[in-house]
Amino acid sequence: MAAIFQGVGAAAALSSSPSNSFGSKKFVSSPCRPFSVRKGASFAVVRSDGRVNLNPKGRRAQQLISNAVATKSDSAAASSSSKPGHELLLFEALQEGLEEEMERDLRVCVMGEDVGHYGGSYKVTKGLAKKFGDLRVLDTPIAENSFSGMGIGAAMTGLRPVVEGMNMGFLLLAFNQISNNGGMLHYTSGGQFTIPIVIRGPGGVGRQLGAEHSQRLESYFQSIPGIQMVACSTPYNAKGLMKAAIRSENPVILFEHVLLYNLKERIPDEDYICNLEEAEMVRPGEHVTILTYSRMRYHVMQAAKTLVNKGYDPEVIDIRSLKPFDLYTIGNSVKKTHRVLIVEECMRTGGIGASLIAAITENFNDYLDAPIMCLSSQDVPTPYAGTLEEVTVVQPAQIVTAVEQLCQ
Amino acid sequence: MALSHLAASASRSSSLLKPLSSALSLRRSISGDNSPLTVETSVPFTSHQCEAPSRSVETNPKELLTFFRDMALMRRMEIAADSLYKAKLIRGFCHLYDGQEAVAVGMEAAITKKDCIITAYRDHCTFVSRGGTLLEVFAELMGRQAGCSKGKGGSMHFYKKDSNFYGGHGIVGAQVPLGCGLAFAQKYSKDETVTFALYGDGAANQGQLFEALNISALWDLPAILVCENNHYGMGTAEWRAAKSPAYYKRGDYVPGLKVDGMDALAVKQACKFAKEHALKNGPIILEMDTYRYHGHSMSDPGSTYRTRDEISGVRQERDPIERIRKLILSHDLATEKELKDVEKEVRKEVDDAIAQAKESPMPEPSELFTNVYAKGLGVESFGADRKEVRATLP
Repeated sequence: MAAIFQGVGAAAALSSSPSNSFGSKKFVSSPCRPFSVRKGASFAVVRSDGRVNLNPKGRRAQQLISNAVATKSDSAAASSSSKPGHELLLFEALQEGLEEEMERDLRVCVMGEDVGHYGGSYKVTKGLAKKFGDLRVLDTPIAENSFSGMGIGAAMTGLRPVVEGMNMGFLLLAFNQISNNGGMLHYTSGGQFTIPIVIRGPGGVGRQLGAEHSQRLESYFQSIPGIQMVACSTPYNAKGLMKAAIRSENPVILFEHVLLYNLKERIPDEDYICNLEEAEMVRPGEHVTILTYSRMRYHVMQAAKTLVNKGYDPEVIDIRSLKPFDLYTIGNSVKKTHRVLIVEECMRTGGIGASLIAAITENFNDYLDAPIMCLSSQDVPTPYAGTLEEVTVVQPAQIVTAVEQLCQ
Repeated sequence: MALSHLAASASRSSSLLKPLSSALSLRRSISGDNSPLTVETSVPFTSHQCEAPSRSVETNPKELLTFFRDMALMRRMEIAADSLYKAKLIRGFCHLYDGQEAVAVGMEAAITKKDCIITAYRDHCTFVSRGGTLLEVFAELMGRQAGCSKGKGGSMHFYKKDSNFYGGHGIVGAQVPLGCGLAFAQKYSKDETVTFALYGDGAANQGQLFEALNISALWDLPAILVCENNHYGMGTAEWRAAKSPAYYKRGDYVPGLKVDGMDALAVKQACKFAKEHALKNGPIILEMDTYRYHGHSMSDPGSTYRTRDEISGVRQERDPIERIRKLILSHDLATEKELKDVEKEVRKEVDDAIAQAKESPMPEPSELFTNVYAKGLGVESFGADRKEVRATLP
C-alpha cells in the first residue's frame, strides 16, 4: 500500500518497495489511486487505499516520485544505463542518506568509534570526515555511556547528532542514557526539550562473531517510552529510513544488520524518504500473513519460493517499524488472510514477536482462524561453532514447515 | 578563625568606606548601589595544574544585597518545601538545597543566561537562580499544571529552556555527559559560552564522568565540571566512598580549583575564572566545599551518619546567609531591621506562591499521552485502524 506524506519541505515518500535482490515474484506497477485526507491531522498526512502490485517481469519498479501524481520518470538527463536510478550496496545507501542529510542541514553531526578517519568499521561513514571535517564527524574514545550522553545533551540544544554504536551490543553500556535521558527528557521537561538524535548500528547474528557480538537489542529497547525503533533491510529502505530518522524530532534507533551491508539494489536518484512508522508490503498474498524484519526477510522470501512451488500464497510484510507497530498494514493483512506467522531474529522471550503477538491478539482476535505462530531465535547466547549458530536462528525450512502447519 | 578574619577585613575596609557610608546614610535604600567594594574570601583557593585566582573579589552593595535576598528566598523556599512534604502535598523524592545556596547564587553572578547550567536532582534553587518563579517551583513539586514541567516531571525534573537551565536529572552522574554534550554544541555553534555541569561528591565516583572529561579535554570543550562536595553521598561519608577525596585533583591533566562553597563571593570569583579558562583552554574542575543541613532527601533524617553538633556547628560558623548578612552590616549597607524586613518579605512571597500553586489544577488525564513524542516526520501513534490518532500531540 502506498502513502504520500507531505511535510514542510520534505519530499514525499512512497513506501512501496521494489523487489529485493533475492529474486522477485510477480510484481505489477501501477500509479497511485485517489486518496482521502485524514481529518484532524495537524499536518497533511495523506493516505491512499490503493494496493500496489508490481511489475510482472521482475524489473525494478519505478514509483519513486516526488509528488502525488504518478508521472513517468522523465529524467532525460538520466544516467547512461537504460534503467533509472543507480545501483549500490546497502552500506553505501546508508552513507548516501547520511551525506545528503549532512549537506542539507548543518546541525547534523556524526559521533562514534572510528567513524572519522578510519571511515567506519562497516564503511557507512566513509569519506565523510574528509568532506565535513573533524567537528562534524567525530571520532570518540571507547566510552559509549558518555558519548551517547553527550549526543543527547547536544540534541537538547538543537543539534542533530547521529550516534553510531560500532555494534549494537555495545550500546548496552549506554542504556541509561538512551532510556532515561534520550527517551524521557521530552516528557519530563513538559515538552521543553526535543531530542532529535539518531542512534544506529549493526546488530544481529553474523558469521560466527560469538555471543557478545551477536546481540539483538530491539527486544531490550522496545519498552522505552519516547523512542522510535526502525529496522532497515534493503538499500532502498536503509537510505529512506536513515533520512527520515535524521529529520525526525524524536529519538530514533535505527537497527542495521551485520550481514546485510553488502546487499545490492538499484535506488532512485531523487530525494526520497521512507515513513518511519510504516510497514512494507514485500509480497502480497492470500493464504497467510508472514511478518518479519531485517535479515529474516530474506529467509522468509527464500521460504516463500518453496511455498509458492507447493501451492501456497504467502503475504510477506516487512514490518520495518518496530516501535510503534504499523497495526494498520498488519491489521488489513490479518483481516484478509486470517493466519499470522511471525519470523524474527530476536530471542523468543520478551522479543519483538512476543509484543507483536500481544498487539495482534488484542486488536484482531476475531479475525484469526488459528493461533499466531512465532518463530524466533533460541533463548541461548549465540555459540561460536558454525553449525550451532545456524540452528539458533530461524532457517527457511522451518518457515516452510510452520506455514504448512498453520494452513492445515 | 574565619570569623575573626572577616571581622578584621571588615574593620579595615569600613574605615576606608566611612565617608562614603555616611553619605549613603542620608538617602539609604535597601537596594544599594553599584559603588565598587572589594572583599577578601574567607579562605584562599587551592589549585591543581593552574594558577589560583586572587582572593580579593570585586563586588558592590547592590550585588551583596541581591545575594542576601536571593539566598534568603531559596532558604525559605526549601524550608517551605519541607513542610509541604510533611503535609503530604509533595510526594516521592524531595532533595533540599538549604546550606548550599551560595553555590547557586555565586555561580549565577559570574555568568550570563546564555551559559548553560545542568545539575542533578537537588535542583530547586538552581532553577530559581536561573529565573524560575516560585509558582513554577511549588506547582511542579505538587504536581500541578502550572509547574515548570506541567506537573509531569516532579522535584527531580525542573528545566528552563529559555534561560539555558538543562535540569534536573534523577540518575546520579548521568547529567555530566549531557553537560559535556551541551558544551560540544556550544563549541559547534561557536557561541563563546560555557556549560557548568554540577554533580555531587557521590557522583564523582561514576565512570561516565571520567569518560566525559577525557572527551571534553580531547575536543577542547568549554565544559566546567563543578563538584558540589557536601561531604556525604546520601548516608556515606566521602572518606568511605572515595580513596582520594580531593575531587578537584581528579581530573589529572585537567586543571582544578577548590573553593569554599559557603562563600558566595568566592564562588563568584571561581566561576568567573573558570569561564575564562574554559573558553581558552578547555575543561576545568571546580570543587565547591559546601554542606547541606537537611538529609539527602526528605526520607533521610540526616542524623544517622553525622552528629547534630556537626550540623549546628556548620550552621553557626559557615552559614552562607549569615556571612553575607555580617558583610552587609559591617559595611553599613543596610540595618539589621532592613534585613529582617527582607526576610519577612521573602517569607510572604513564598507563602503567596504556595497558595497560588495550591489553586493550580492537577494535569488533565489527556496529558498522560502528550509530549511522549514530538511532532515530526511520520510520528503519530495510531490506533489499530489508523483512522484514529490515539496519542494526539499538542
